[in-house]
Amino acid sequence: MNTGRFQKRTLFLIAYLLFAVLPIYWMVNMSFKTNDEIVSSFSFWPQHFTWANYKTIFTDPAWYSGYINSLIYVAINSVISIAVALPAAYAFSRYRFLGDKHVFFWLLTNRMTPPAVFLLPFFQLYTTLGLMDTHLAVALAHLVFNVPLAVWILEGFMSGVPREIDETAYIDGHTFPRFFLTIFLPLIKAGVGVAAFFCFMFSWVELLLARTLTSVNAKPIVATMTRTVSAAGMDWAVLAAAGVLTIVPGAIVIWFVRHYIARGFAMGRV
Amino acid sequence: MNDSKPINQKAWWLILPVILCVAFSAVLPLMTVVNYSVPAKGWTSSAVLVVVALSLLIPWNVVGTIWQIYGRADIGLFGAALAKLGIEYSYTGSARDAWLTVLLMDVWHWTPLVALLCYAGLRAIPDAYYQAARIDGASKWAVFRFIQLPKLRGVLMIAVLLRFMDSFMIYTEPFVLTGGGPGNATTFLSQYLTQKAVGQFDLGPAAAFSLIYFLIILLLCFILYNWMQRVGTSQPTEVAS
Repeated sequence: MNTGRFQKRTLFLIAYLLFAVLPIYWMVNMSFKTNDEIVSSFSFWPQHFTWANYKTIFTDPAWYSGYINSLIYVAINSVISIAVALPAAYAFSRYRFLGDKHVFFWLLTNRMTPPAVFLLPFFQLYTTLGLMDTHLAVALAHLVFNVPLAVWILEGFMSGVPREIDETAYIDGHTFPRFFLTIFLPLIKAGVGVAAFFCFMFSWVELLLARTLTSVNAKPIVATMTRTVSAAGMDWAVLAAAGVLTIVPGAIVIWFVRHYIARGFAMGRV
Repeated sequence: MNDSKPINQKAWWLILPVILCVAFSAVLPLMTVVNYSVPAKGWTSSAVLVVVALSLLIPWNVVGTIWQIYGRADIGLFGAALAKLGIEYSYTGSARDAWLTVLLMDVWHWTPLVALLCYAGLRAIPDAYYQAARIDGASKWAVFRFIQLPKLRGVLMIAVLLRFMDSFMIYTEPFVLTGGGPGNATTFLSQYLTQKAVGQFDLGPAAAFSLIYFLIILLLCFILYNWMQRVGTSQPTEVAS
C-alpha cells in the first residue's frame, strides 16, 4: 500500500468521524453549560463550566431510576431476542420447507408496522394479564420488532458459513446440540454480537411503547426525558446531560461486542 | 390541514423516504471504503467502531433536540458554520432548509447502522478468499465485485430494507426538530397520520390511510426483497433451491 492512498483513506475516515462526532460534541458541550448560556451565546466550549446538570440527574431518583429501569428491560429483551432468534435463523438458513422464503419475509412485517399500531392491543392485553408497569411488559413488547431483526441479521451470518461445516461435523459424530454450541456458535460470534447490539439499541431508544406501557415502577429514561420538554420552558442543559448519559450504556455494550464484530472468521476449525 | 392541498405537496411525503434511501444506497459503497480504512485490529479499530456507533444510541427525541440547537445560526455549531460561509440557512424559516436538515439529521443518525453491518459482514469473509484472489491476480474491483459484494449480500439486504422501512416510518426526529413546519414542508406520512387520527379524530380516514401506508411499505419491500433474492441466486455458486 503506497502512502498516498493510505493518506487519502485516512482523510476520508477522519472527515466522516468529524461529521459523526460534531453533533455529539455539541451535546456534551451543552451539558456543561447553564441554560442561560446555551440560549444566549455561541461558544465552542462552556464559558461557565458546571456539573450542576449531572448532579441533578444523579441525585434526583426520578432521573436515575429511569436509567435502571431502561437497563433492566433492555437486558431482558436482548436475551430473549437472541435465544429465540438463534434456532429460527438456523432453520431459515439451513432447511428448505414449504413457504420458507415467504415466512422469512413476512416476519419482517412486524418490523415494518409503526409501533403505534401495536399500542392498543398491548395495552389491553397487559391490563388483562396484570403486566402493566413492569419491566417484563416493555421487554416483551419490544420483542415485536427485535426478534425479526435478530433473525434477519443472524440468518445473514449463518448463510455465510459453508454448509460443508455442518456436514463434516455430523460425519465426525457430533450430535446436533453439541455441534451447534461448540462449533457453529463460535463461527457466527460476530453475528450474535451484532444482533445483540442492535436489539439493545432499538430497545434502548424506543419511546412510544416504553412510555405507554409504564407509569411509575418501570418508567424508562426516554420517557423521563420527555418530561423536561413540558416543564417550564425547555431545560436544554439537563436534557443534554441526560442525553450524554444515555449514550454511556450503549457505548459500553459495543465496547464489549467490538471483538465479535471485528474478529475474523476462524476457518479450519473443523 | 385538509385534503385539498396540491398533489405535489403530498408527493413530498412519498419522495422523501425514497430520496433518503437513494442517499443511503449511495452511502453504502462509501461506507465500504470507510470499513476498509478502518484497521482490522488494535485500539484504533475499537475506538472508531465505538465512535461511529454513538449516534445510534441516542434516544430519538434527543436527536431532534440536539439538532434543534446544532442547526441554529446564533447558538449552534452547524448553523453558525454555514452562516460563516455566507450561506443563508434557517431550518425554521425556509421549507427547503428544514427539509435538508431532516435529511442530514437522518443520514447522520442512521449511517452507522449500515456501516456497522457492512463492517461486521466484511470481517466475516475468510482470508482464504483474499489469498485466492491475490494468487489469481484479481484487481481491487474484481475482489469487490466477486468476493465482497456476494458475501455481503445478506447483510446489505437487511441494511437497505431496514433503512427503507425506517425512513418511511420516520416520526420522532422531525417532529421534535421542526414540528412539521414551516408550513407542511416536513410533515411526513406518519406525522400526517397521527395528526389526522389524534389531532382531528378522523378515525375512519386515518385507519384507511394507515392501511394504505402499510401496504405501500409492504409492496415496496416485497419488490426489493425479491429483486435482491434474484440478484443473489444468479450467482453461479448459489444454486437456487
